This record gives sequence, C-alpha cells and structure tokens, in this order.
Amino acid sequence: MTNAVDLFDLTQKEREAQAAYRTTVLCCGSTACLSGGAQATQDAIASALEERGVQQDVRMVATGCMGLCSRGPLVKIRTRGGEDVLYADVDEAAGRTIAEDHVVGGEVVADKQLSLTHPFFARQERVVLENMGEIDPNRIEEYIARGGYTALRDAITTMTPAGVVEVVQRSGLRGRGGGGYPAGTKWGLLAKAVSDQKTVIANGDEGDPGAYMDRTIMEDDPHRVLEGLALAAYATGAKQGYIYVRAEYPVAVRRLEQAIRQAKRHKLLGKNLFNSEFEFNVEIRIGAGAFVCGEETALMASIMGQRGTPVLRPPYPTERGLWGHPSMINNVETLANVPTIMRRGADWFAGIGTRTSRGTKVFALAGKLRNTGLIEVPMGITLREIVEEIGGGVPDGKAFKAAQTGGPSGGCIPVEHADTSMDYDSLLALGSIMGSGGLIVMDDDVAMPEVARYFMRFCMDESCGKCLPCRAGTFEMHQLLDAICEGRATAATLARLEILCDVVRTDSLCGLGQTAPNPVLSTLHYFRDEYEARVVPPKVAAEATVAATSERSA
Amino acid sequence: MTMASEHAAAGNAHSDRAPVRPPDDPRAALLNTQLKKVRYRADALIEVLHAVQDIYGHLSGDVLRTVADALELPPSRVLGVATFYHLFTFEPRGEHTCTVCTGTACFVKGADALMQGVSEAFGVGQDETRADGAVSLLQARCIGSCGLAPVALVDGVVVAKAKPDQLVAALRAAGVDAPAADGDNEAEAPRRSDDEAAAVVPGGAA
Repeated sequence: MTNAVDLFDLTQKEREAQAAYRTTVLCCGSTACLSGGAQATQDAIASALEERGVQQDVRMVATGCMGLCSRGPLVKIRTRGGEDVLYADVDEAAGRTIAEDHVVGGEVVADKQLSLTHPFFARQERVVLENMGEIDPNRIEEYIARGGYTALRDAITTMTPAGVVEVVQRSGLRGRGGGGYPAGTKWGLLAKAVSDQKTVIANGDEGDPGAYMDRTIMEDDPHRVLEGLALAAYATGAKQGYIYVRAEYPVAVRRLEQAIRQAKRHKLLGKNLFNSEFEFNVEIRIGAGAFVCGEETALMASIMGQRGTPVLRPPYPTERGLWGHPSMINNVETLANVPTIMRRGADWFAGIGTRTSRGTKVFALAGKLRNTGLIEVPMGITLREIVEEIGGGVPDGKAFKAAQTGGPSGGCIPVEHADTSMDYDSLLALGSIMGSGGLIVMDDDVAMPEVARYFMRFCMDESCGKCLPCRAGTFEMHQLLDAICEGRATAATLARLEILCDVVRTDSLCGLGQTAPNPVLSTLHYFRDEYEARVVPPKVAAEATVAATSERSA
Repeated sequence: MTMASEHAAAGNAHSDRAPVRPPDDPRAALLNTQLKKVRYRADALIEVLHAVQDIYGHLSGDVLRTVADALELPPSRVLGVATFYHLFTFEPRGEHTCTVCTGTACFVKGADALMQGVSEAFGVGQDETRADGAVSLLQARCIGSCGLAPVALVDGVVVAKAKPDQLVAALRAAGVDAPAADGDNEAEAPRRSDDEAAAVVPGGAA
C-alpha cells in the first residue's frame, strides 16, 4: 500500500469479509481473562461449532480487554442484524452451551447473560478504548477497517504539521501519565526546535503498582499507539520514534513488535509515507524494572542503555533529549487519544469532560468493589458514580472509606469528598492527583497508616539514590511509619514525619521524591485520628522499641 | 565482585571482538547471536542483559565481563546498569518459584497473607531462595491483573484471586516439600487433593 486509495480498498475488503459471516463470536483474550481460563473457553466454543459443522459461518475473534475483568472470561455474540449479547463467567461448559444454544440454536443463554445496559458499561464513554473487545489486536486489517490510519493519511496528505499541532492544542488534550501538561503545547515546543534528529517517545513504563491502562492499550490496540506516535512525529518533524515498555509486559512487547512489522509491510511506517517526503521509524525499548524510569530524563537514560537516573530540568527534553537531540515524551494513553481526535475533530473532543480537563480518562478500577476492571469515563464524573454505579459498590456489607488515585505519587480521596468531580484540578485541590489511572477503592478494613507505609516502602525501594533527600528521606520516613504502625511511635515521631515530608517534597531532584510524601500527607490530612490512635507515651514506645530490637537480633 | 581489576589484568580485549568463550557452550552461541543482532551497540546494554538472563538464568560475573568486552564498555558501567534494575538477578533461582504480586490492589486484598503463608509452609524468606534450591519466594511489583487481585504466579502460571492454601497446594503439587529442618509435622501432613491443585492450571480456575 502506498497511497490513500489503497487504505480505502483494504477497509472495504475487510468489512466485506467480516460481513460475510452470519455470526461473530468475540472472546476476550486479555491477560486477565486468559488467567481465568479464556483459552479453554475459546477452544470449547470452537470445537462445539466444529461438531455441529457450522464453523465456516462463524467468525471467531480473540479480542482485547472487554473491561469487566472480575467477571471473566467474557464472550460476546454478534449476529447479523441482531443486538450484541454479552456473557460473563464463561467457563468451558458454559462456552459449549452458548455455542450450541445461542450460536447454533439462536436461543440466548439467560443465566450467563450480562446486560449491556448494566451501569458498568452504560456509564462509560469510549474514545481510547473504542476498539477494545472489538478487534483482534494481531491483525492490522481489523484496525484499518475501523478507520485506523485514516487520521495519519489525512494529516500527511491534507494538513501541515503546524495544522496538526493546532488541532491537538485546540482539543485541550492533557498528558495522561499523571502530570496533565497540555499535549499541544509540548508538541509545539518540539516542532519549534531546530534539528534534523528529533525523536518522539511513547512512555509505556507504567510503574504505578495497581494500574494497567497502558498495558491494555499496547496489548489490545497496538496500532493506535503507532498511529498516535506517527502523528506526533509528523506534527513535530521527528523521524525516529521509540516505545519504552516495561519488561513486565512481554505480551505488549510482542504485539507492538508485530504491529511495527505489519505497518512497515503496508508502508504505514518507513520512507515516503502516503507518497510524501515524510519518513518515520519506530523501535521498541524494554525497561528492566525501575519505577523511576517513568520520569522523562530517567527514561531517556534507560533508552540509551544507562542507569535510569534523572537529571535536572531545564534543559527540557524538547531542547536537549535523547543523545542530546530535541525529544518529546508522551504517555501511551495520551498518544492513543490523538488518532480519534484527528478523525473526529478538536471540537468534538473538547465537548467531552470539563472546561479544564477535556476528554475521557481510563482508570484501572480495583480494590474492594463488586465490579473491577478497566473503565473509560468522561472527565468530570464523580468518584461516587464510579464506585457505586460502575463499580457496583463495596461488597460484603462493608463501607466505602476512601479511594486512592495516582499510586505512590498520589493521595486518597475520603468518602466525604466522593462527590468531587474527577478532573485534574479538583483532585489536586483535594491533595491527590489524577495520576496515570490507578483507582483503588478501600473499605473500612483498610488502615490508612499501613497504606502510607506500603507506598513509602515502594518509594524507598524505587528511589534511584542519586539525590539525598529522596534516598535518605524515604528510608527515614519508612522507618517512622513502621514505628507508627507497630506501636513504637510517640507524638514526636509524628511531628518528625511531617517535617520530613516537607523536606523530601521540596528538595528532591525529580518527581519521584517530590511526590513520595503525598500518600502520607494525604492520609494524615484526612485520617489523622488513625495516626494519633497509634501514638503511645514515650515509655511504652521505648519498651516496644527495645523488644522489637532484641527480637530482631535474637 | 572484582571485575574491574581482573578486566584490567586481562589487558585490552576491546580491539578484536572475540566470540564469547567457551565456544563449545551452546549458551555462548545464543549470546553471540544476540550480540550480533544488536550490532554490538553499547546502548543496547539493557537488551543484552535481558538476553543473558534468559539464556543463563541469572547474571554471573564472568558473563558480565564478556558483555563488557563485546560492547566495549567499562565493566563498572555494565555492573552499574545491571544492579540498577530490579529484574536482573545475580543468584540462580530455585527450581520452582512462587511470585506474589505486591501491587496496590493485591496489597489491599491481602498479598501479605499469601507471602506469609508460603513462607511459613516452605521455610523460605521473602525475596529468597531456599538453601536447598528447591523454591524461591519472590514479589512482583504489579503484573497488571488488578481485577483479579490478589494474584500470584506459581512457576509462571497465574493464580487469580489467590488464597494462601491454594499456593501451598500448588507448590506441593509441583513437588516442593516442606523444609528439611522442621519438617516433622509438615511431612506427615496429607498432600492436598488434586482438585485444589487443579485450580491453578489455566482453565481450571473457577
């Protein structure tokens, strides 16, 4: 394929091929469903269809994540001219029944059906995840049939690079990695830089423990990431792109590598794209387990094969980045928004969400909830709507106590503030952050000082050790939190902890240290009573310390 | 490790890119292929270290020295990068591994209990390999299956919504015995039924 017409042809061909089947069986093949036995379900359905001799009328697709991970394996049946039917908890036996009764017999299997009007689905708005559960991520044709790569084609053939920057700017898209920096402004900075060696980088180093939005996007719609990155390159004048992926995500790496090969074969990457002068190539770089590599300068060091230690900014990467050349780093989810923005327009996108936070946000909804999984909601939805309607509330008769956003850099939102709008600024005002999208719901069994200790331990382990406030401060704070959790703390311990929070926050070199105190500050702010309840008189604390020390040395 | 001094004694090995020795070790051939694939580029160091770990199971001083020579990097730089990243390991792993996810969702849902259950049943500490090399108990930052928390991996197989007993049963089924030292009560305990062990096999999880 070398030009726009071919892309159109391919779309037509794939759509016709798909339409020829009477029934489509979409089986969720995401990591979560696979660990719940989705492969066996798929095999059971396939063999049941084969036994009935109808396999040639049925298209079986192993799709990406359908969202409701806690009810997997999920299977969706699409019949020509009929409504989609979704099934949950489909084990092998249920898969067989669905194949025989529904696919062959035309009768819906009621006891496994999950209504698509269920609030978990009805309250969502899908932009980034529009292809999830719809396409086979291993086939470029399916992405193209759903309008894929038309945004890149139209940008290259009908728009100037500055025009593309302008659309992204006007859409109001902000960085989805957590910072919330306006994407269009960043693109504008790289576009202005003068160099013939610019690079664009997709940050897929999703380090927040409890979040898997970016993994799902890379695994289940890899071409969307490539198209977003190619658009960024066209807009900014970059020729080379990198996707930095955590080593913990081997499937994402495999799917992206395959997607790059397919895109090259269809001349959607490489030289003279769509018969223009524009040339763009992408390489994948794999991390090796370092949270700090989510930080821009550390990530670039890691791409260059070095220790992932950050350096002071400025100069910002858009001035001096990879190998000293101007570079730009965007989060995977940020880039995944761009193809849809280009296709549907900046005004359409800006119409979703709130005045300062446009568009949608993908959250990994987890913790003490009935429905957990991956959701995409318009910004401005309230936390209560997410927890109670989409999440189905807290199970086992427990009470919703707080939600944690932003992982080790974020904070908690207590139930009294559950009606807050989920947008960048409201969350910041509450002492939390939007973060990359981890949203962990806690019930009244969870003790907040222990949550703070958990995150501090994480930051301590992940501190790169370059600057003292972070290296020593996180260690010291962890010891203090340990003392608080184990009844060895006095009122002075608490005071010392607060002073340290301030020092580490203001004096650390990079975002890891600067935000490490956030979980402590936020839980202290809203749940101070839990900390104070654990404080003991100095004599008791001293005795407990002696006991703990002798136990350790015994 | 005394890589730097030994390397200095070895003289300048940079000028000719001698193949990784010994040549009759099939693992060395695999590493050579990998080095060729990245065209001996120094910035591919992390990829090469991943390859070494895949091929050899862990990073040993000898192989790191070889990598330093092949990529024309100071050994200090290779060791510096290798020790910076958590996924690289310098000790051989146990025959069987149990990796407990310690992400936030798993933490909230009781990853600690999983860790403790396995640790007590098999006498292996967190992030450790038992002295007899039978089993390693490791933690993972987050494997991204938060909807199924708490999650653990037994020899790479995901156990969703895991319970301590389930992990213990799975490891026993894999052939890991109770620790030798205080194995009296454990050794006489009946092995878990196959049904429980089957729950960890993909497809068997309810």
